[in-house]
Amino acid sequence: MPQKKPEKLIEENDVRIDGRKLDELRPVKIEVGVLANADGSAYIEQGKNKILAAVYGPKEVHPRHLALPDRAVLRCRYHMAPFSVEERKSPAPSRREIELSKVIREALEPSVFVEYYPRTSIDIFIEVLQADGGTRCAGLTVASLALADGGIPMRDLVVACAAGKVDGRFVLDLSDLEDKGGEADVPLALMPNLNAITLLQMDGSLMIDEFEKVVNLALDGCRRLYTFQKEALKLKYIAVKEAVEE
Amino acid sequence: MNSSPMVARVKRKRIAELISNGKRLDGRGLTDYREIQLEVGIIERAEGSARIRLGKTEVMVGTKIEAGEPFPDVPNEGVLTVNAELVPLASPTFEPGPPDENSIELARIVDRGIRESKAIDLEKLCIKPGKKVFVVFVDVYVLNHDGNLIDASTMAALAALLNTKMFNYEVEEGEIKVKPGYTPLPIRNYPIAVTFAKINDKIIVDPWLEEEEVMETRLTMTMDKDGKICAIQKGGYGYFTVQQILEATKIAHEKTEELRKLVVKG
Repeated sequence: MPQKKPEKLIEENDVRIDGRKLDELRPVKIEVGVLANADGSAYIEQGKNKILAAVYGPKEVHPRHLALPDRAVLRCRYHMAPFSVEERKSPAPSRREIELSKVIREALEPSVFVEYYPRTSIDIFIEVLQADGGTRCAGLTVASLALADGGIPMRDLVVACAAGKVDGRFVLDLSDLEDKGGEADVPLALMPNLNAITLLQMDGSLMIDEFEKVVNLALDGCRRLYTFQKEALKLKYIAVKEAVEE
Repeated sequence: MNSSPMVARVKRKRIAELISNGKRLDGRGLTDYREIQLEVGIIERAEGSARIRLGKTEVMVGTKIEAGEPFPDVPNEGVLTVNAELVPLASPTFEPGPPDENSIELARIVDRGIRESKAIDLEKLCIKPGKKVFVVFVDVYVLNHDGNLIDASTMAALAALLNTKMFNYEVEEGEIKVKPGYTPLPIRNYPIAVTFAKINDKIIVDPWLEEEEVMETRLTMTMDKDGKICAIQKGGYGYFTVQQILEATKIAHEKTEELRKLVVKG
């Protein structure tokens, strides 16, 4: 069903088009360990976004000449299902998907102890099953969990969230409509325990002081999502522990 | 970008040590650019063209304008298409073949700067709403890679757009008829990119090739003529702190004003 472009994205009383407050995240549901074949996997629903991530490795590198003598090669594919968006998307990787695969890989790599596994590859696959804005962030959040589920040693989880400016106001976790109709969108990824920003992009138009406010809003969103991320990971371990005890 | 040659370990160490002391191997300060030379209108067959030399980095940009179809969601706007080619003659590490992730990222950063600052008045490029519009092709051609392709390409792209002339035309029974004379492309904003590299926890601007090889990570900020940020891209495997990012916004503001004067004259 085509979405109609609304005239106003935010009402006078600061209520957003989907009923959220300005600094409110969309409802989040995360599950860890959802795929049988993968070494690590996770699933996230954030608003209407539905995203699966899987990790294979550390394993032999194919083709072999890509192997590095002193560390593992991290590879990442961000991909959208043809049915994930309103008009069917060709399954061939678009330029956008190639760029996002690169920035997501570069956002995850600082968190992984790649030097522990020389001459191997760690492959991360992110499949967007349904998209509603902020898929690179939700994809990153869930991919980091899949790495953790795969038992890959990490410095911290990476968690990502966007903030931006819509109808002149600063908002957290933009939906597709808000992203398209808004003034600016700033996706950001964080390793919360290290205060390290591993992904930062922006498009739109912001004064420097506005940008600072938006970054702080996104950081706040990341820290809130981080608690959901940790809870989901713990639930998986509790489930494993119970299974072993039985 | 990963496409740089190897730098000897002793040289890496030297580059990093110098930067910790606020110095650089080529004698520049941490926020100094290399020398910039810009020429425009060098390719007669192109609607607009520019060649920039940023130190030894050399990038050419040519623009072409053709009639085409608009996107269905913006039926009354012209179309902007940016493409980048890392031509094999520019570096021993560039290979022939379809665009790799580095050239796609480069093109998309240049594109985002022009698009988000609304540099081209795309509504003026509409011929018949929903049916026919002008498509502006911006082709970035890297001729010699010595680091910081993003800033060089963004400046060259802006210079080429400012140099672009559109043929005059009239519409007769739905067909475009070319008339004598040219008018400049409607440009109303001037986006300029500033790229930072983080080395030894310090940030520097305009990294050259060997600094790119040593850097932990990279950040590009594009600002428009009013000092507003219109695009940001972090690249590379490292991370930034919030303080470093906010420091970068201030340096970027200063530097974009400085660089814009070189590209936009008069």
